[in-house]
Amino acid sequence: MQTLDLAQSDLRTLNATLQTAATAGGNETAWEVVNPRGAHALAVGLDGPLSVTVRGSTGYYCAGMNKQATVQVAGSAGPGVAENMMSGTVVVEGDASQYAGATGRGGLLVVKGNASSRCGISMKGIDIVVFGNVGHMSAFMAQAGTLVVLGDAGEALGDSLYEARLFVRGSVRSLGADCVEKEMRPEHHALLADLLERAGAPAAPEEFRRYGSARRLYNFDIDNASAY
Amino acid sequence: MSDDTPPRARTVPVQSATFSPEINAEIRRAAETGIYDIRGGGAKRRVPHFDDLLFLGASISRYPLEGYRERCDTNVALGTRHATKPLELDIPITIAGMSFGALSGPAKEALGRGATMAGTSTTTGDGGMTEEERGHSRQLVYQYLPSRYGMDPDDLRRADAIEIVVGQGAKPGGGGMLLGQKISDRVAEMRTLPKGVDQRSACRHPDWTGPDDLEIKILELREITGWEKPIYLKIGGTRPYYDTALAVKAGADVVVIDGMQGGTAATQDVFIEHVGLPTLACIRPAVQALQDLGVHREVQLVVSGGIRTGADVAKALALGADAVSIGSAAMIALGDNDPKWEAEYQALGTTAGAYDDWHEGRDPAGITTQDPALAARLDPEAAARRLRNYLKVMTLEAQTIARACGHNHLHNLEPEDLCAVTMEAAAMARVPLAGTDWWPGKPGGGL
Ligand SMILES: Cc1cc2nc3c(=O)[nH]c(=O)nc-3n(C[C@H](O)[C@H](O)[C@H](O)COP(=O)(O)O)c2cc1C
Repeated sequence: MQTLDLAQSDLRTLNATLQTAATAGGNETAWEVVNPRGAHALAVGLDGPLSVTVRGSTGYYCAGMNKQATVQVAGSAGPGVAENMMSGTVVVEGDASQYAGATGRGGLLVVKGNASSRCGISMKGIDIVVFGNVGHMSAFMAQAGTLVVLGDAGEALGDSLYEARLFVRGSVRSLGADCVEKEMRPEHHALLADLLERAGAPAAPEEFRRYGSARRLYNFDIDNASAY
Repeated sequence: MSDDTPPRARTVPVQSATFSPEINAEIRRAAETGIYDIRGGGAKRRVPHFDDLLFLGASISRYPLEGYRERCDTNVALGTRHATKPLELDIPITIAGMSFGALSGPAKEALGRGATMAGTSTTTGDGGMTEEERGHSRQLVYQYLPSRYGMDPDDLRRADAIEIVVGQGAKPGGGGMLLGQKISDRVAEMRTLPKGVDQRSACRHPDWTGPDDLEIKILELREITGWEKPIYLKIGGTRPYYDTALAVKAGADVVVIDGMQGGTAATQDVFIEHVGLPTLACIRPAVQALQDLGVHREVQLVVSGGIRTGADVAKALALGADAVSIGSAAMIALGDNDPKWEAEYQALGTTAGAYDDWHEGRDPAGITTQDPALAARLDPEAAARRLRNYLKVMTLEAQTIARACGHNHLHNLEPEDLCAVTMEAAAMARVPLAGTDWWPGKPGGGL
């Protein structure tokens, strides 16, 4: 394992080293970052099967736009962790701040603690599994992908939802505009079972409820104006 | 009654200026349909504009340059502040961001080809980057929008610059609107949405709010692209002084300000006509902010919204802009609203020049559509040549003016070359009312 120390090197050097290693695809695929000290934009834009462990907490946009790489934050993550992820895996051992997994188009984001507000906002295909709770406006305008919450969800879950699938084990404070509870069919159990297993989440599919779009806001109708 | 009774004196029918025929028709339309009017284009009302400014030209105190024989350069570099690879353009006129989805694939191709032939850049738009435009644009600016439709780090890496869109002049504070009719399979797939669904793009970015977050977002984009690419920040004209200052603070290389005449693919008419500042009113405050921060010319200013001629280009540059950007004019050059389709415009209940129902996707000129049969009407190569010609003409016009004012580079044009023919324009452009040395708000009061 190679070690990068943010107390020794600067952010540009660190990211350039990881980015080059990711695309070069050599034998050295395991990296660790020490002394992250809440730095922003850590391990962003990786494009290759690298495995990076950040030993500590990060600032904004850790693992932003990740492709293929596995990034593990052995601490908590600031806003926008794994934003616009395309593929790969990002695991946060602690909590995640706002907009975790925002606009993500693929890959798996696992938050072992809680996630804050707007988790999965505008998600476009990413899978997100949160072991704890998620804050208000989570999955706002979520287009595709799956958000799984083992704990509770805050206010206005799934507001203006498109086709993303939401599963919550605990309580939901309130549902957002056009988000409704839906029946759990066998295919949903299968999907959820697979995701829970991949995330290593301590929960069973039958404990969850499913939420999705009522699709009433898909085409403008004046009688729904108050919901827009 | 006998025939010689004098006719009773009557008043003639008078239409109300307040309740004009257009207003009344709109009230009836709203009452009937229950939906606000959505349309393309920019503000149609008259607002103070570049037409209200004049160049003074040379005289005894300033001598002109000889047309054709003495040089008048037009090149501009955008992104010199932090980017290691600034955009080097031959002309200070760029093609503004227009989304694929709003425009057809061939139209995007034509913009790329035409801009490349003229030595300038073109820009993606809401909905992501298409092969048509990447393949045909030598210099392509990739827009980073609130919706993040089709946002792909590989496209970020193969772009020549990145434009973070905070707002547009046609709708400062509003998000995108692409109605279901225009969502073809390809558009739907690029945006990860079901076909036929209205797309009301978000008006705020999903993962940052305010200038402090923006600074970190810019850092992230730079880290992902190795600090190579210029980062533009596009804002709708509302508070140009403070927005420009905050853009500089957040680390932008280029500030793009779009005034209320700026076009849009589809927005509520009420938004287009009633929100935002005229382009003319945006430039001096933005330049002032750059000057106050000591970064005028280091952070470049691009101005858009109603740029049509070389005179408009010269005036925007004289007021302190480094370049301009065009949307509507580029579409017209390609063939939008051409009278040759008049019969079809009539069939749509409109007329050439006024057609703005771009969101319906039935454009006779084949530009604002996803219908393959209509889109095939636009020959991208011929349209590209038209755009190239138009860009060349505008450049020549601007050079003609600059030489007449004695300048050997368009960037040497200055406010002192201008006067205004109206009080409003004088106040907004901070140049003297014609024949005086005074403008409203001039420090010290003038004369
Ligand atoms: C058809 C059309 C589509 C547009 N799409 C976008 C877009 O996707 N993103 C954006 O920032 N601006 C968009 N704009 C605005 C232009 O980038 C630009 O600000 C404006 O057109 C400039 O004003 P002008 O049309 O008067 O030249 C669009 C404009 C038009 C006409």
